[in-house]
Formats: sequence, C-alpha cells, structure tokens
Amino acid sequence: MNLSTLTAHELLDLLKNQKTTPQAITESVLKAIQRTDDKIKAYVRVRDQEPGFAPTRGSVPMAHRDLGGLTPAPSQTHLPISIKDNICIRGSPTTCASRILEGFKPSYHATVIERILSAGGLIVGQTNMDEFAFGSSTENSCFGPTRNPWNLDCVPGGSSGGSAAAVAGHEAIWALGSDTGGSIRQPASFCGVVGLKPTYGRVSRYGLIAFASSLDQIGPLTKDVTDSALLLKIIAGHDSRDSTSADVPVPDYTASLVEDVKGLRIGLPKEYFIEGLDREVKEAIEAAIAVLQKKGAIFQEVSLPHTEYAVATYYIVATAEASSNLARFDGVQYGLRCQPKTSRKTALVDMYEETRDAGFGKEAKRRIMLGTYALSSGYYEAYYLRGQKVRTLIKNDFDRVFEECAAILTPTSPTTAFRIGEKIDDPLAMYLSDIYTISANLAGIPAMSVPCGFSQKGLPIGLQILAKPFAEEMIFRIAYAYEQAALWHKRKVSL
Amino acid sequence: MLSQQEGRYIASLSRIHLEEDELEFLARNLTDILHYVEKLRKVDVSEIQPTTHVLPLKNVYRQDAVQPSLSREDVQGMSQHTSRGFFKVPQVLE
Repeated sequence: MNLSTLTAHELLDLLKNQKTTPQAITESVLKAIQRTDDKIKAYVRVRDQEPGFAPTRGSVPMAHRDLGGLTPAPSQTHLPISIKDNICIRGSPTTCASRILEGFKPSYHATVIERILSAGGLIVGQTNMDEFAFGSSTENSCFGPTRNPWNLDCVPGGSSGGSAAAVAGHEAIWALGSDTGGSIRQPASFCGVVGLKPTYGRVSRYGLIAFASSLDQIGPLTKDVTDSALLLKIIAGHDSRDSTSADVPVPDYTASLVEDVKGLRIGLPKEYFIEGLDREVKEAIEAAIAVLQKKGAIFQEVSLPHTEYAVATYYIVATAEASSNLARFDGVQYGLRCQPKTSRKTALVDMYEETRDAGFGKEAKRRIMLGTYALSSGYYEAYYLRGQKVRTLIKNDFDRVFEECAAILTPTSPTTAFRIGEKIDDPLAMYLSDIYTISANLAGIPAMSVPCGFSQKGLPIGLQILAKPFAEEMIFRIAYAYEQAALWHKRKVSL
Repeated sequence: MLSQQEGRYIASLSRIHLEEDELEFLARNLTDILHYVEKLRKVDVSEIQPTTHVLPLKNVYRQDAVQPSLSREDVQGMSQHTSRGFFKVPQVLE
C-alpha cells in the first residue's frame, strides 16, 4: 500500500490500529516527492532526512533545505504536512517564492506552525507559490512554475499551486495554503482537491507574510472534506498576537460531517451563471445541484447585484494593502540587499531602489505600483476610498442573501486549468480567472472548493460553497453530503 | 494612457528602480488595469460607508505588561549587515 495516497483520517485509523508508523508515513511521502517532484515541482524545500536525497529545485542550496531540526512533540497525530512558502517556520528559509527574501530565516514560528507542531505534526517541506501570492497560476515564482498533476502542460492554479499540486499528486498528506482572493480555492479546483478559506479572523495570521491584511486567511488543502475539518480544528482559534483574530469558540468540525442537507436552502446567484462560464463547468455544477436536490436540499435563485464590480474592487483594495505591506522589503534588516553602484548622497535610496528592482518579479512590481498609485495624493478618493465603499455594497449583498439561505453554491472558477504560459502576459485575463472567488475575501466569509467532476480532457472541476461568517460547519455539512454521494474524491491521479 | 512621467513618478514613490523598457511595459499594463477599474465610477456610493475591516472589532487592547519577545541577537541574526547592535546602511550624512 502506498501510504502517501491516503487521507489523513485514513492514516490516523491505521496508526490507531497500529497498522503503520509515523516513520513509514513520512518515508512514503518523501519517496513520493523523490519520485514525482521533478515532474510537478510542487516543493521549493524538502526536509532532508535521507542522505543523498536530491534537492527538488536546483536553485535551493543544500543548506537551505534544513528545517532547523524541527521535531514534533509526542502526541496523537504525527502526520507529515506541507506548508506554503509564505508561512514562517523558525530556522527554515521562508521566501514567498521571491528573490527579495533570499537568505531570510524567520526567528519565530507562525501561530499555525506552533499549533501543528504541538498537535504532533511534522513539516515535510515548503511548497511553491506565486511570488507573495500575487497570481493565479504559480507561474510568478522565482523557483519557476509548478505543474498540474492531472496534465503537466497545465498550471495548478494559484497562488497556493504548490500545496494543491502536492496534495493532488500524492506528494503530501495535506497542506496549508493562504487565500487573499481565491488562492486556496482556485488551485484546489484546478487540482481536484478540497480547499477551504476560513472566515476572516478564524485562523491567526501571525507569521503569515502579509499580502493584503484585511483579506488574507490561512486554510487547509486536503484530499477530502473530513481532512479539511480535522485540519481546520487544529489551526483555528483566537491568538493574542493577531489582533484581527476572532475570539469565537472553535467547534468540533467533524461533528458536522453528517450526510444530511434535508430542507437546507441554498442560493444560486444568477450573476455567476453567465457568459464566460465554460460549458463543461456549468454542466458539472448543474449535476452537483441535482445530487444535493436529491438529498433534500432546496435551491433558489438569488442575486448578488454588485458581483460585476468585485474584481475591480479587489485589485484596488488588495494592491493598495500590498504596496503598503511590501514597503518593508528595503534591504535593511533581512533578505536581499543590493549595494548601490555609486556612493553619493542618495546612496540609501539607491540601495532601496536597486534592491527592490532586483528582488521583485514583474507581477510584484505591477501590484506595488498599482497600489501605490491608488493610494497616492489626488487618486486616493477616486480609487481606494471608492473601492472600500463598493466593498461595503458587496458585503451587504451577501448579508441579504444569508438572511434567507443557509449557503450559496457557485462554480469555483469559470474554467478548468489553463495551459502554462497562456495568460502570463495578460494580467487582466489572469485576474478575471478569480472572478468567482474574490467576493468571499471582500466580504470576509468562509468558502470551500470541492471536486465536482472532470472535463472531457480529464481536468478537475470544482464547486464553491459559501456561508455566513463563522458558519464553516454549514459548509462542511453540505460539502460532506455532496462528496459522499458523488465520490469524486475517490478518483486519483496516476503519474 | 499613463505617461512616461507619471510612470516614473509612481516607480519612485514605490522605491523601485526601473529601466526604460520595463517602465514602458509596466505603464502599459497599469493603463489597461486602470481602464478596467474605471467601472467602479458607475456605482453610486454617495451614502455608503467604506469597509476597512469585515469583523465587528473595535480597538483591541492588551495589558501593558512586559512579555517575552525576540532577543536582539535573534532579530539581527537575520541580517549580514549589523554592527554593535545596529543595522548598517550606506552613508547618509557627509
């Protein structure tokens, strides 16, 4: 039996019955990485356990692959987990797939890392991403692109494409990603795995290298809904080190894993089923609706009238926050530093500018400049303030729908995975691939992508379930009922 | 279209040195994106309050008590450019 293909809850059962050992599981994951990661390139750094274990990326020096001697506390789980490269791990390079963080080794763990280690988890490696989570394809990485395990010519989605591809390609048991505008859900959809963006404030952002502070959330990428519930339970909860984390009790999410959706009212926003939605995706969503209907869910058309403004609002609000957050990368205290060529009065500013030119990739520069523009004198009101006001309208749309519906169901992405290189030179086309996921971040609500079929070409399709703030249990309940009836999660990739 | 001069101004506010060709390329991208976000002007927001944060959180206070924090060595250990407890930068005063 190949342990790395199993889910976390299946492995926990095996461990409980003493049919396997934590060592065997970790070894199986490391072997899978060794076998397949030169094709998928999901990892940027892998825990170096076996002598002679080849680096998965040429550009990661051997010394950087040491995870600082992390050892898990003795406890019940002992499962290996993979972590997106923007979540700080003490002693291990954490680079956001950016040159500007070259050589940066955090001196502290992110709160989610502490929680995972104290639950007995073992960090097996760090996964590729779009630089600073800027992108929807994992092509904007200083380590080069990750590939979709279902078709190596296609992107895995992004920005948590490394985590999604690792889980889909059986190179990870489960993984953490981060989601600012769809960065967990869209890659989950493209790779045929389950991805959850929790409610804003549900999971501490302490130690998550910030992209857009009012939108970012860390969340699980898993092989099924049960694992998603298990992993959220481990990472969720109030943290005094993140003043935006919510002091709301964390329920036992596994209690929501019941196949009962009878009488639940689910909204279908008419603005999401429009031109641009791929026919095969639409048919898969319709089939999923039929499955849930058969189990007693009641669907009704609803309206989110400001949907067409979501992408524009997002690219103002998110880039404004990003330009401010990324101001800290100036070469002074950590990361890359480029010495100015001349020593003159402006040498300090020259150092900032040279460092940021050499350290940031194209998309990062584009977003920093867009955000700087939106915040600059004379444009602040026309762009940033207006964006925040439209954000209020988008949030109000959801509040209204949740007065009568328990959840909303939509496609996760208008298409299946696109080809590598297809959208890289057209930023706007790339931004529009997030059209269905962005609103959840603007409204702060939880949302999950669940596999709901495959295209004729064999590429996965995802459906998205959204609920009101802190109603993750409702999402788990609907997602689990659907998953157990449809069984798409049983279809595994063969590499 | 964003002018060369505007592009250069934004790059300097962003503290990014850009070569001529890259500046032109990015200015073109920004023009396209700004053109797209123009659609926000169509929305009537005259009576609407901005959303800066989605949670109903007000000021979050903590006790003003000394707590363990990172040591200076830990923090400066992330840089190769330190001296006697300071970060070194290029000369700024004559």
